[in-house]
Amino acid sequence: MAEQMLAADGRPLKASLNRALRRQKIRALMLIAPLLIFILVSFVMPIADMLLRSIQNQIVGDTLPRTVVELADWDRAAGTEPDAVVFEALARDLAVAVEQKAHTRLGSRLNYELTGVSSLFRKTGRGVDEIGETVQDALEEAVPAFEERAAFGVMLGSPDWLAEIAAWREAGSDGRPPTFAPSGPMQEALPDTAALYQSFADLAVASEDDPLEERPWPIFYHVFAQEAQGIAFPENITAEAAALFVDGQRALDGAALDDPKALFIDIDDDWADPEVWQTIQTFSPDYTNGYFLNSVDLLKGPDGVEVRPEDEQIYITLFVRTMIMSMTIMGMCVLLGYPIAWLLANLPARTANLLMILVLLPFWTSLLVRTSAWKVLLQQQGVINDILVGIGIVADGNRLELINNQTGTIIAMTHILLPFMILPLYSVMKTIPPSYLRAAKSLGATDWTAFWRVYFPQSVPGIGAGCILVFILSIGYYITPEIVGGTKGVFISNRIAYHISSSLNWGLAAALGTILLAVVMILYWLYDRIVGIDNVKLGG
Amino acid sequence: MSGLPPYASTGQRVWYYSFRVICGLIFFFLIAPIMVIIPLSFNAEDFFTFTPEMLSLQPEGFSTKHYEDFFTNSDWQLALRNSLKIAPVATLLSVTLGTLAAIGLSQSHVPFRRAIMATLISPMIVPLIISATGMYFFYSNPYIPTPFGKIELPFTLTGTYWGVVLAHAALGIPFVIITVTATLVGFDRSLTRAAANMGAGPVRTFFKIQMPLILPGVVSGGLFAFITSFDEVVVVLFVGSAGQKTLPWQMFTGLREQISPTILAVATLLIAISIVLLFVLEVLRRRSERLRGMSPG
Repeated sequence: MAEQMLAADGRPLKASLNRALRRQKIRALMLIAPLLIFILVSFVMPIADMLLRSIQNQIVGDTLPRTVVELADWDRAAGTEPDAVVFEALARDLAVAVEQKAHTRLGSRLNYELTGVSSLFRKTGRGVDEIGETVQDALEEAVPAFEERAAFGVMLGSPDWLAEIAAWREAGSDGRPPTFAPSGPMQEALPDTAALYQSFADLAVASEDDPLEERPWPIFYHVFAQEAQGIAFPENITAEAAALFVDGQRALDGAALDDPKALFIDIDDDWADPEVWQTIQTFSPDYTNGYFLNSVDLLKGPDGVEVRPEDEQIYITLFVRTMIMSMTIMGMCVLLGYPIAWLLANLPARTANLLMILVLLPFWTSLLVRTSAWKVLLQQQGVINDILVGIGIVADGNRLELINNQTGTIIAMTHILLPFMILPLYSVMKTIPPSYLRAAKSLGATDWTAFWRVYFPQSVPGIGAGCILVFILSIGYYITPEIVGGTKGVFISNRIAYHISSSLNWGLAAALGTILLAVVMILYWLYDRIVGIDNVKLGG
Repeated sequence: MSGLPPYASTGQRVWYYSFRVICGLIFFFLIAPIMVIIPLSFNAEDFFTFTPEMLSLQPEGFSTKHYEDFFTNSDWQLALRNSLKIAPVATLLSVTLGTLAAIGLSQSHVPFRRAIMATLISPMIVPLIISATGMYFFYSNPYIPTPFGKIELPFTLTGTYWGVVLAHAALGIPFVIITVTATLVGFDRSLTRAAANMGAGPVRTFFKIQMPLILPGVVSGGLFAFITSFDEVVVVLFVGSAGQKTLPWQMFTGLREQISPTILAVATLLIAISIVLLFVLEVLRRRSERLRGMSPG
């Protein structure tokens, strides 16, 4: 066996080299790490967050946890509203949601899927506290102790919690009161009442109020009346709690209860409409593809995915329009950019550098400046129309409509993106030796053949790079279409912005954004394959 | 294509001149819209078009009142101040981090180089509206989610100065990476080795040898980053609040709502800034080529 080569320090040379290489790699990564972390936190994670939002749908399950469970067994095809059990659950959920002011948010969320749900929830929110009032009156009359606001807290709370509350009061009731903890036996005996009281106490704690001083929700009495019937006396509870429980149970035995189902339908008969319940059931899972279906003009109907009614189909049209307009802009850029790049690449360096300024100045000029320039030029009373009227091509009463439509967007964006086509084309054409053209001509090719068969094929990489770059930049444009595009000349980006700042349908905005991002990423990948990320040149 | 050969046919002559005319028209298309802004910004009327007085070059057709409005109007001045407060800090952040990373990326053995590069360049490629949406949602969280749990923050970034600065720094990074790595491609590694050989530590080598040589790349990357932030409107519209209203934001709302000719005065000033920038970049490019032993273009 050959003897191992050793380095100066006596280690095997191979190990020593490996160690050096590893050190080099670590050093390089250490230099990159700060920036990589920065980009991950400030840029990549926000994008990932947006992608998640396009499928997230926790709001239904979070706001109506009990209803969602009960509704799972409901037969949506039966064509009738759910049983009273579901309405009981809804009464509990809404009682909490109304206090948290979460029901209006849920209403607007479900309104994206079924028009009218928003007002239904708002209307119901105002009437839901009637449920339980009948029992409350009966109980308070029979057992005066329940007129105390602290009654439920004393009955349900653990002795420790009650002691902590007393200590907190002693200390001047400053800051947050202690978090509610139910007493074990009571939680076992009255689980729903305890859970509702927990939400009640948590809300009070969050706003730094004393839970024992807050007015109890009527729903407590309703649920207590149901749960207390016919159960055994819970062992190991404080004397006060026991007294309240026993008196309450006796008073409520056989008492008349409110009927949540009748009450809800009385508030708004939409609650008897199976369609409302179908929508809630469809959107009860934590994750949904609903936003994505919406962004391709589909919807989740009662019997699976279906096509949206014709008058609501807008997104496919918008995507197609964005694509077609970006293609047009790209084509215009090739058409205008190719001659310029050719001229610059074939002129003497001094002249070319001077003319290059005419390309670079627009490139460096603020986007807003260029957009405002086009707004000034293209208006009905603008410079171009004035000139055309002045030289008599267009009649004064018949001025061209160049702005607030697709023409405006295409003209302005071609101008804005043209440098992005010229620069990559130029850098490719610079590398094509002019002797090839001369050789072709000396072999008998005409000017056209020499160009088309010899020069043009060599410039194709430049066209490819420029086209992808212009297309990528163009499909995501927002500012210019917003200002010169009117309603017909806007892109998908403008719709995304609308959903974020005006309609507040963030999930849909995220889904539209995800689709747009996917298209851009495919093109980016292509660009990396064809041109290579390292070969991006800026400013010639 | 330097001149026509004496034996050119009539057809070739016609094509030669018409091609030049076509190119002239395209250059006109590129530059005219920007140039039109300049005389219009001196309009004495509140119009966006040339008045008869202006066309006949009468002095009463011109005035500097839109410039006066820009320099006295508190909205515009606040916007200018905000822009000048945000852009330099964002630039400083992206240049510092970007230069370090570019040096790391140009080492000979970098694992996952391609993936890292693609990630770092992505802010330039992802449509601004998507970056803006993501940042708008994410920066309003008072925490950073990590695989090991949430890191709680005592603040949220939406609507704050630092939120806008961080967002703009992220957008400027690709430009710094691209320009600095391009400079480093032509960097002669034996220079740093020679410095190390003569006893200079890595820090000293960096500041005395490497930094002066790559400085043109760093400065032009910085200019790109600066202009990116200075020009940016979509992200600041979403991430910022009224307190961070920048110059482009003010122009954007001006163009969309009440269209005031002050915009044209601001635009003219911005054009002047771009001309200066262009000039500085050209000087830097020549210097860089000279330093790297190439003949000036």
